[in-house]
Amino acid sequence: MAAKEFDIPKLPTYIEIPELNPGVMDGDGPFKSVEEFQKPLGFPGEKIDNWQEVAIAKMGELKSKYRSVQVFLDSCVKCGACTDKCHYFLGSSDPKNMPVARQDLFRSVYRRHFTFAGKYFPKLVGAKELDDNMLDDWYNYFHQCSQCRRCSVFCPYGIDTAEISMAAREILDTVGVGQKYCNQILGKALTVGNNLGLPEPALRDTLLDLEEEVEEDFGAPVKYPLDQKGAEILLITPSADFFAEPHIDGLIGYGKVFYQDGVSWTMSSYASEGANFGMFIGSYDIMRKAALRIRKAALDLEVSRVMVGECGHAWRVAYSFWNTLSGVGAGAQSSDEYAMKLQKQLDDRYPQPQHIIEYTYDLIQRGKLEFDKSENDDRTVTFHDSCNVARATNMGGVEGGQFILPREVIKAVCNNYVDMERSTIKESTFCCGGGGGLLTDDLMEIRVKGAMPRMQALKEVEKNEGVNTLAAICAICKSQFSKVLPKFDFDPYMIVSVHQLVSAAIILDKPQTDAEEPAIEAEETAETE
Amino acid sequence: MAQICGAEVDEEGFLVDLKDWNKEICIQMAKDDDVELTEEHWGVIDFLRDYFEEYQIAPAVRVLTKAIAKKMGKDKGNSKYLYSLFPYGPGKQGCRFAGLPKPTGCI
Repeated sequence: MAAKEFDIPKLPTYIEIPELNPGVMDGDGPFKSVEEFQKPLGFPGEKIDNWQEVAIAKMGELKSKYRSVQVFLDSCVKCGACTDKCHYFLGSSDPKNMPVARQDLFRSVYRRHFTFAGKYFPKLVGAKELDDNMLDDWYNYFHQCSQCRRCSVFCPYGIDTAEISMAAREILDTVGVGQKYCNQILGKALTVGNNLGLPEPALRDTLLDLEEEVEEDFGAPVKYPLDQKGAEILLITPSADFFAEPHIDGLIGYGKVFYQDGVSWTMSSYASEGANFGMFIGSYDIMRKAALRIRKAALDLEVSRVMVGECGHAWRVAYSFWNTLSGVGAGAQSSDEYAMKLQKQLDDRYPQPQHIIEYTYDLIQRGKLEFDKSENDDRTVTFHDSCNVARATNMGGVEGGQFILPREVIKAVCNNYVDMERSTIKESTFCCGGGGGLLTDDLMEIRVKGAMPRMQALKEVEKNEGVNTLAAICAICKSQFSKVLPKFDFDPYMIVSVHQLVSAAIILDKPQTDAEEPAIEAEETAETE
Repeated sequence: MAQICGAEVDEEGFLVDLKDWNKEICIQMAKDDDVELTEEHWGVIDFLRDYFEEYQIAPAVRVLTKAIAKKMGKDKGNSKYLYSLFPYGPGKQGCRFAGLPKPTGCI
């Protein structure tokens, strides 16, 4: 299927505010969900007849339930600080992709129905009706927001467009106008246990294959255990780690670190997904359903620690929401029996949940891992801060730990590391362009355009510092970069997992007794061939 | 809904009913994408179909490349080679030709 043709943005020497092109990203938005994917999530199969009434009622419910949303809607003073902060605006030049304009699609309707001035003098205060055109604009432009929150860093009032975008998507789903990509995936996550729909036998065989490969390549019996009751650690990682490239090399790396530490760990076939798309569509209930699978797995497997692999918004959901959603960490309600049970079961000497980067970093600090950094000498590495990790979480319990720890892990395993330009990293990081439920082929135009600011900063360090490797700790970032890098004349294979770099440099203890067997086997194969 | 050789396909060109698949449909899909199917293409397509029949899911990229290395030689067991056969990706274009559902997720 030939994709829609569009111009790939040129990479400037530095980012400037583009000349406006109103309507350039107008359109129908991503493929719409259908009854088959809507019904299991409890949403109407198609746009309902009395959609306006239901949408406004839902808006009223959301503004009361999430007070932040109402504060954000009321407090904007149109100062303009956010206008040039969105990667989708910078890459597309469509003024509706300015964060304030995106918010105003929602805010104008809120004003019309929930403020005195908007009810009686709508024209004076920019209040608008939620008609078919407005709903179409919502669907189109709220699926051109990756909920990355960069604009909120620069807003003097701290208005978070991501939350408005989540609220808009929740209303859209409520009236039967859902997005196919997110809702189809959620259906699989809530029935099979992961976003890919990878059933247990396929997962088990994929992991066995991996064990064989790692033992062959590195001569150590590194295991990738599944459903191992009584293991100490339950690892929750994005299912892309089992399935996609370069992700799987990161998974190999996690296994090697666990092996070298000598800790027992397991993954779960019931909860084989870190990525929680419930957040993208703004549904707390669905986010909770996905999180409860993890709680059940942790209880059934009787683990004492829950750890999260390299996945951006998995870490956001885990770090910010798991405690109240499922009882991982502190904060379970005393009326919630299973959450209380899990809280008692988990070992409070460790952070719960813990990020795999925190774990590896801690082992490095304690001198438990040895590396041959020269294994990565062919690389000059830079690190892409993933938006959800950077702006919604922490690591290591120190201020800015989410920026420090991944860089320290990389520097412990690589000799050549440089950062991209300061205004494009850490809390100001540019989104990869594919987050928030946008990682689908039907949104390729906005994905490529939205990647422009990140690609621009990368191009500069490639030119000036010889960077040839881009490391990230998010499955979406990795997949998005594999696709968009070649559009900007980069090598698509330059994107790697941080734990792929760890994997290349880590020195594994090899069991004495097994040391000779692989060599004999190799000789035999050579003879038979 | 669009059709290929009388079989319904969705907006992304994937078969709606996987049982509809036959070689004629596969060849037509390839033709529409300007891909000429060689023996190597069929090797990949056959493996995808066999794997799907056993596991009800497309194989992980690593599983696919290893299987192709075994079947066609080590130099071909890598994703660069598979992309040369299926320019839109072995996962997505390959699966579509083979009559598998589209793999979706953070991939």
